[in-house]
Amino acid sequence: MINGAQALMESLKREGVERVFGYAGATICPAVDALAATDIAYTLVRTEQNAGHMASGYARMMGKPGVCMVTSGPGATNLITGIATAYMDSIPMVAITGQVQSYLLGRDIFQEVDITGACAPFIKHSYLVKDANDIPRVVKEAFHIASTGRQGPVLIDIPIDIQQQMIDPVYPDSVDIRGYKPSVKGNDNQIKRVAASISAAQKPLLCVGGGLFSAKAQEELITLCESARIPVVTTMMGLGLLPRNHPLNLGMIGAFGTPTANRALNTTDLLIIAGARAADRAVTSPKEIASRTKTVHLDVDPAEIGKNFSTTVPVVGDVKVILDQLISHHPKAQSEAWIADLQARRQAETQPAAAPGAGSVTPSYLMRTLGEQLDDDACVCVDVGQNQIWAAKHLPMKHGRFLTTGGLGTMGYSLPASLGVKTAVPDRQTVVVCGDGSFQMFENELATLKAMGTDVKIVMVHNGVLGLVHQIQYSSYSGPFGVDLTGSPDFEKLAEAYGIPGKRISDDGQVDSAIHDMLTASGPYLLICDVDPMTTTSMT
Amino acid sequence: MTQTISVLVENRAGVLNRITGLFARRAFNIESLAVGVTDDKNISRITIIVDSGNNVVEQVEKQLNKLVDVIKVRTLDEKKLIGRELIIVKVSTSTKTRQDVANLCQIMGAKIADISSTSMTLELSDTPDRVDLFESLLRPFSILEVARTGVIAVQKGSGKI
Repeated sequence: MINGAQALMESLKREGVERVFGYAGATICPAVDALAATDIAYTLVRTEQNAGHMASGYARMMGKPGVCMVTSGPGATNLITGIATAYMDSIPMVAITGQVQSYLLGRDIFQEVDITGACAPFIKHSYLVKDANDIPRVVKEAFHIASTGRQGPVLIDIPIDIQQQMIDPVYPDSVDIRGYKPSVKGNDNQIKRVAASISAAQKPLLCVGGGLFSAKAQEELITLCESARIPVVTTMMGLGLLPRNHPLNLGMIGAFGTPTANRALNTTDLLIIAGARAADRAVTSPKEIASRTKTVHLDVDPAEIGKNFSTTVPVVGDVKVILDQLISHHPKAQSEAWIADLQARRQAETQPAAAPGAGSVTPSYLMRTLGEQLDDDACVCVDVGQNQIWAAKHLPMKHGRFLTTGGLGTMGYSLPASLGVKTAVPDRQTVVVCGDGSFQMFENELATLKAMGTDVKIVMVHNGVLGLVHQIQYSSYSGPFGVDLTGSPDFEKLAEAYGIPGKRISDDGQVDSAIHDMLTASGPYLLICDVDPMTTTSMT
Repeated sequence: MTQTISVLVENRAGVLNRITGLFARRAFNIESLAVGVTDDKNISRITIIVDSGNNVVEQVEKQLNKLVDVIKVRTLDEKKLIGRELIIVKVSTSTKTRQDVANLCQIMGAKIADISSTSMTLELSDTPDRVDLFESLLRPFSILEVARTGVIAVQKGSGKI
């Protein structure tokens, strides 16, 4: 016989889990003890939220669930933001929380919270285990639910006495959940309608999002857009699906998107949305677009279809499978004139230029230079705020990944996500882009970075304010208030205290060589770039 | 427009919480909700009445379907459903009014479940409209308390959801 915690670890191993991100506490100790006896690697974070973000970064690179494990009460509530972030970004994750003794549940004892109840609105599914014999089945189901259909986080809450309960575990080989059968293949008739619509279209447009990364459908996207002659725009979560210089890539749509991408969205005669919910940030007037043009929506989640966009032709299924089905019909649009016009407009878009001698780094130029110097397959983990918009607009993606939280927009995501990335793909060049506000939301994880001995470069856009709010307060409110980051430390010294070298620059003339020095340094590095706080995201 | 949604769910702890939580989070209004076990003791049937447009109901159905514990969701055809609600109502009565209340019960097909010198407790199972009517007819007699179950419904004919 073994205890529930040992059965938990055996179940994780059977799901192929190689690493757990966690933070120990009293009620999760049996599971930590059982983990220590296995070859599953363990990363200690510095606050539980970041265990969620690390699992997210790991999952996005591995294409399988990341696992995080924390204690009950405050451990679990701290993890909530990590869970909600994964939910809004549709990232597969299995979160394990310790819980107080099952026979004491509901009595408000030390470090007890109803975490399955608290997470209900923003989690794909959750379990409160009340019998250790259920652990193997619950773990198998959790991984299945997290990684199939529309991916997302699943929570397993295990009371400490259940972790200690002695059992003879029975490990199931398969999963059968009668209420959970996600569609895989698209309806053939609908596919035919879509193919016919493409062939009849003169101004077709593919609008693609993070769902294509989840479905691992990048190759299918390239095949379809090239063979059917359909230009492509992306949401923020879809950045990097096509290299920036791909002739059919028009860039990102939305309030912070490229003029050409938004023009295409506003003039298309056939809009094909794939793996995207096209929420308010991406499309500000979905009703207007839907009233004017034919829309096709391809998504694994039937609830997305018709939610933000009314759709002429819906197709539900795995987007990779659907794109393959579409390709097999060899649709070809009559789109050469439209493509030529859009390509000319895209060419004419102004490229960010350096303004040396101004005493402030130009963010757009910084991002362009950074992108140009990065490896072709680099991973860029981008935080939230002005830094995110500058990076999204100006950092030229090649064949790497642009990892940010486009759904929940959680400040402090970038560094922990990058550490998850590094555990998944240790040899890929990995760079964090953040602001001085977001940096101070994750700076405790510099210790984790150091402890992991891994190589992550951090580029900080430093303007002494919470830039995006500062900008909105100027444009739409009575003026800046409560956004001045006075009291921030000397970041170079802070990094040095963690044994991380850094450099601070304040002029475009320094950008090129500073980025070169950062990227060629061995080990982690912090590059602080002073930016005028009055520089806004609408400037180039 | 009022619509009736039937939901088959796993009969497990926390399932009702997930369903009502979903309605709250997505800002869907529930007019009535009734839950009971089915012929399979592992499955409960929930009948939800919503007063919303077709788009909202479609989104409710889709969101309910996403819950792992939800086995089946159907919006019933309002023209072809049998919907019933049980009301238990206690009214204050005197020797003068007792006969009037008894007459009303007879007309409406309600039963007298309990009686005392100063009150009568009545029960009626009927369509929601007739239950409303019964309740309003009793109002002049001074209602002490009312309990209603919410509507349960099945589709007419031999089909099942």
